This record gives sequence, C-alpha cells and structure tokens, in this order.
Amino acid sequence: MTETRDVSKQEAGSAQDLKQQEQQAILPAVDIFENESGITVQADMPGVSKDRLDVHIDSDTLSIEGRAVIPMPEGMDALHADIRSTHYQRSFSLSRELDTDRIEAGLKDGVLTLRIPKREEHRPRRIEVQTG
Amino acid sequence: MFETLNTSGPGLLDEIRRMEREMNQLFGGSPWPNSIRAVARGSYPPINIGSTPEQVDVYLFAAGLNPETLDISIQQNLLTVAGERKLQVEAGADYYRKERYEGGFRRVVTLPEDVDPEQVEAAYRDGVLHVTIKRRESTRPRQIEIK
Repeated sequence: MTETRDVSKQEAGSAQDLKQQEQQAILPAVDIFENESGITVQADMPGVSKDRLDVHIDSDTLSIEGRAVIPMPEGMDALHADIRSTHYQRSFSLSRELDTDRIEAGLKDGVLTLRIPKREEHRPRRIEVQTG
Repeated sequence: MFETLNTSGPGLLDEIRRMEREMNQLFGGSPWPNSIRAVARGSYPPINIGSTPEQVDVYLFAAGLNPETLDISIQQNLLTVAGERKLQVEAGADYYRKERYEGGFRRVVTLPEDVDPEQVEAAYRDGVLHVTIKRRESTRPRQIEIK
C-alpha cells in the first residue's frame, strides 16, 4: 500500500522535473554542518529573492528551489555568460531524528540558511559516570 | 618490448586526444572567443556580461558579501572587481560539506572600447553585484533623418 503511493509520487515528481529541465538547473554550492542542536545548511543562490524561493519537505526529502531574477535592459546581447540558467535546485534526504516541523529558513544577500533541529529525544545527553 | 610500447603508445594517446576533442566540442566550448583575462570555469564569482547600444551590464554572482568590502575600479575599458568573502564558521560543529567559496577574489573584465569610465553605477541586491557602464554618446548608433 505504502509502496504504490510512493511510486505515484515519484511519477508526479518526474513529470514536474521534465518541465523544469527545459532550462538546466544550477546545483547551488552548500555548506552543511552539525552541532548538538541540529544541522545547518547554507546555500549560495545569488539573484534569488524571498518570494522566488521554495523550500519544501516531501516525506524525508528536503528540496531547495529558487529562481534568480536579474535586472536586464531590453534587447540585451550576451557577451559572456558563466551562468546560463536562472533556476537553482538541490535536494537532500533527511534522517528520522531531525524535526522537519521546526525548520527555520532565512535568506540574506542570496545565501539561504536552513536550521534543522534535532528532536528533543535525540539530542546528545551527557552520561554521568558514578564513582564511589 | 620497446617496440610494442612505441607502437601502441602513440596510438592510444591519439585516441585519448581525439576523445578529449570530442568531449570539448560537446560540453566545453563557449560560443564566444575567450578573453585573454578569462579565468577557468567555476571561478568565484561567476560573471555574466550583457550589452545594449546604450550600455554594458556586468553581473557578478557573489552571494553573501558585504558590499562595503568590495573594491570596484575602472581604467579605460578595464573593469576590476576585488573583494574578500568571509564565511561564518561555527566553532565546534562538524562539517559534512564545504563547497562555498571562501577567501579573496579579483576579476578583471575587458569591456568594449567605447564605454565611458565616468558613467559607472554599481548595485548589490540579493547577492548579485550589477555594474552598469554607459557607452559614450558619440559612438551610439544614431538615426539620421532624411530632409
């Protein structure tokens, strides 16, 4: 039962992907680090404003998507282009101990910061060693 | 022993070079000729340059910079942008990935000959530095009326 549901989800996802792949997506550069309280993801997405950013979670997959908008005068010819796409996309699979309901996201100067806290019961506890 | 090395060696190398050329044609080649000051693909920050009859627009995709630390200068038609990107490093954290660029950078862009170094504007928004350089009035195409 759950299996069939998963498959249909995947199909829907790939159809969407096809539409977006008309323009090849840029894989944003990321830093990922973990401390006691959770995991932090930082992604460079220059040109993406808050309203063109989409962070979503589908079961255990975290997806980051964004569209860069750059002010361009009309009739501009490209002389040089390192960046050929305005679409950023990257996904990560999460593990169970992360609390996806309490993710915090911030965007500043094209840098996306995601704080994914660990569930309370998964935070490391120091175990006292009894002596005596 | 040496004979086999000599005969098979260059043949194999030729094959590799041919494959390299084909790969370059497929994926590498940019449709524009490379500038002598061009840097390797993937250098930070990536740059796009666009042109219209009125102006030249340079875009630097440099997220997370303090615009006050940027040094932008223009000499004739050479635009130089230098700066340093400092990342906040969390002490005591375990890093799984560190892909984001950190450190100093300097990029020099050769602009078309007719730009006016007196008319340059720069803006930093959402991590993109946008430099606009107007072209000289006299070199812009003009419509000539027939009397």
